[in-house]
Amino acid sequence: MACINPDGTLTASAKAILSALSSPAALEKVAKSTDLPLFRIRSSIREMLEAGLVEKEEGKYAATKLGREKIEGGKDDQVKTDL
Amino acid sequence: MEEKVITETREAVSMPRLGEPAPAFEAVTTQGTVRLEDFKGSWLILFSHPADFTPVCTTEFMGFAEIHPELKKREAELLGLSVDSVSSHIAWVRNIEEKMGVKIPFPVIADLDKNVATLYGMIHPGESKTETSRCVFVIDPEGILRAMIYYPLTTGRNMQEILRLIDALQTTDKHKVATPANWEPGEAVIVPPPNTQEMAEERLKEGYECKDWYFCKKKL
Repeated sequence: MACINPDGTLTASAKAILSALSSPAALEKVAKSTDLPLFRIRSSIREMLEAGLVEKEEGKYAATKLGREKIEGGKDDQVKTDL
Repeated sequence: MEEKVITETREAVSMPRLGEPAPAFEAVTTQGTVRLEDFKGSWLILFSHPADFTPVCTTEFMGFAEIHPELKKREAELLGLSVDSVSSHIAWVRNIEEKMGVKIPFPVIADLDKNVATLYGMIHPGESKTETSRCVFVIDPEGILRAMIYYPLTTGRNMQEILRLIDALQTTDKHKVATPANWEPGEAVIVPPPNTQEMAEERLKEGYECKDWYFCKKKL
């Protein structure tokens, strides 16, 4: 997975995306605030939805409780990965 | 005397066609798993190279990296591909950065199962049964295939031509015009020829730079 390292920790880009989703935002806005291309945001969001780090609300995306914990408290060992 | 019957079987090769939706795919890349739909809203230059750690491909990757900022200005993304593993791609792009001082900013598809290569007709068995040729597919923000370039294994592509092609396609879309041979941005463009006799008669009075009714140019 591009967002989650094999040891379960988040990549730098995943942390940046999750930080940008502390409040609900459209993907285009996340791309601008993180300076990442939109295709990377779409691809990463797909992975983070699967991992339960992000949820979709009325067309916008936001970090879940687990996602917020990951960027606030560094609970890096709780994300499931497929090795 | 026994008669010999020679049968030849040829695999049906799928080839994408201009003006039609580009074939959808999901692929593992050096920047994670991407789908064609992830690029919706941007221009996409999907290109293939024969193999990692080969000299012509290395010069091309450096060339694509060099035009990457110019492509970004044009809202165009790059996506490479070859029939190599993602580990091979990672090792190669790291090698290019270490030995050549060029960082590769775009993702590269690891198409080991040849899924995308087959969808886009990138493998030409007359050249190589296992390697992809040097193909370029220009896909517009709506996902329509707008241009294709095929080069043989021996010949590196011209990056300036790829930029020129994007400029020409974007100019066509914006101004509803065509572009002549060797056109460069800032030069006169071709006014689409008239469709009726009445339009042909009016064309010469419309203030364009015309050689004849069917051949008129204008400055943008």
